[in-house]
Amino acid sequence: MSSKVTNRIALSFIVLCALIMAGTLAALLGYLLVKGVTSLSWSFLTSESSSFMAGGGIKDQLWNSFYVLIITMLLTVPIGVCGGIYLAEYARPGKLTSYIRSCVEVLASLPSIVVGMFGMLIFVNYFGWKYSVLSGALVLTVFNLPVIVRVTEDGFRSLPLHQKEGGLALGLTHWHTIKTILLPAAFPSILTGIILSAGRVFGESAALLFTAGLSTPNLNFTNWNPASSDSPLNLFRSAETLSVHIWAVNTSGIIPDIQRVANGSAAVLVICVLLFNLIARTVGKMINKKLSGKQ
Amino acid sequence: MGINKTVTRRSFENKPESSLLKDKGLIKRFTDRNSEGRGKLYIYSSAILMIAAVVSITLFLTLQGLRSFTVDHLNIWDFLTGSEWYPDRAENPSYGAWPFVFGSISVTLLAALITTPVAIGCAIFMTEVAKKWGQRILQPVIEILVGIPSVVYGLIGLSVIVPFMRHHFGGTGLSLLSGSIVVGIMILPTVTSIAADSIRAVPDSLREASYAIGATQWQTIWRVVIPAAGSSLITAIVLGMSRAFGEALAVQMVIGNARHVPHSIFDPAATLTTIITLSMGNSTTGSVLNDALWSLGLILLVISYIFIVIIRFLSGRRNAR
Repeated sequence: MSSKVTNRIALSFIVLCALIMAGTLAALLGYLLVKGVTSLSWSFLTSESSSFMAGGGIKDQLWNSFYVLIITMLLTVPIGVCGGIYLAEYARPGKLTSYIRSCVEVLASLPSIVVGMFGMLIFVNYFGWKYSVLSGALVLTVFNLPVIVRVTEDGFRSLPLHQKEGGLALGLTHWHTIKTILLPAAFPSILTGIILSAGRVFGESAALLFTAGLSTPNLNFTNWNPASSDSPLNLFRSAETLSVHIWAVNTSGIIPDIQRVANGSAAVLVICVLLFNLIARTVGKMINKKLSGKQ
Repeated sequence: MGINKTVTRRSFENKPESSLLKDKGLIKRFTDRNSEGRGKLYIYSSAILMIAAVVSITLFLTLQGLRSFTVDHLNIWDFLTGSEWYPDRAENPSYGAWPFVFGSISVTLLAALITTPVAIGCAIFMTEVAKKWGQRILQPVIEILVGIPSVVYGLIGLSVIVPFMRHHFGGTGLSLLSGSIVVGIMILPTVTSIAADSIRAVPDSLREASYAIGATQWQTIWRVVIPAAGSSLITAIVLGMSRAFGEALAVQMVIGNARHVPHSIFDPAATLTTIITLSMGNSTTGSVLNDALWSLGLILLVISYIFIVIIRFLSGRRNAR
């Protein structure tokens, strides 16, 4: 009898765990919905932040987040995809390959603040780029690279072998087979991974603290010349992103409406990340459908 | 490739101007021997870049981290075990990193302690108790929780958990425990999804054998499934701990940033990451404080490497079996 009672108790504990997990998510989203979304407004999204008065917005921070994200992706995707192709197609089992594999693993598991400190040492101090969009984007590239490498490698490995054999049998070179046959076939899964990793980059803050800085110069959104100092496109200006802004407002902010700004920014941040997840899913499904429909 | 070359040479050397294939540039694409070389160049330079990134991170952070011992002549042992961090004291400034090392270790352990039962419970729920709909509900929950940025966890910890602590346990509410809870919630989805994978990998024949001799579901889970998944469950927990250890901003917002060793879990504390976050921006490059902070970063790097080695060891043992 007692084993049945234990069974009952243990199983209800397990169900409780599942409820805790689902409840955590519900509470998080509920909080953001109640506290965050209610403090959102069009003017909040389109006005500049204020350092000491109430009523500031997040226009610059939002722009910086997307700008840093785009630069990061431009740098990461080619390097990461090539690295993944190396591991999936060119790497012969041996010391070098296992060393590269360990390197990817190490990069993936280093704390982001350590990567940020490295960026501060090299890009900010040594290269003298100061706190800038470029330093931030380069650090995030280091941070994001292992994810893209892994996604690409998995995408290539999941392809049926006969596709590659078909290409080689036609007399194509290995690289040409990769370029024209394997890469397009693996594209949907790689793209899904890239968009998912974009969500991760978008929310990253610790690595950007020492590299992209805690402030933004006054931006002139009518000046799109990347060389001028008040242009939003300038790569060498400091750029506080949205997630860093949430932290900065809470730790050192002196504005009276900290709660409103922080909650609103958090809601925007989470909505963006959720959108990235949603887009990744739909794009993956759509491309899959298109490809399988064609065949 | 050899055949291809001879064929094209034979058929097009005589009358190259009439070749449709050549006009379209197809022959060039098929016989361009440089393309392979160019492709390899891209591929290998990316691979080398990854090695360079790891080597330079390790090298530069080590060199910079050792400066406080080589240039500023701090005693390594005093630095590691000293419990007084007063870099701004006018006479006799002291640099003792022990409160931060202690804080980091205790936040990591407490977070693992909070997360492990819930995470393994969830994993069992997904894989054993409610295989179909549990999976369908919890999988998206995990994916969304993983995606939420750490600052948001910190913010919600600050505005929900900290007031709760203040109300029930007194003090400011900013404490070691608040930090651990926030980090624990943060690593929950990661640990759960890896634990679920490892439980799924246990072969069904073991479960069937256990049910066949009359065991209840819980007996099967507790005596058969969990021991069989053993070392991979530990890997999941260690992975979660390594994430907890490196987390910076979320912890910084709720832990209270005291510079002494906390007396209880309700006291404010600090970790390696939080002190670096707080002081790095204010210190001038080359000052002793700045060098000491880099040394803290070096400790962080070393412990991250230790975690990596442990995880490799655990997963290597699993593969060998």
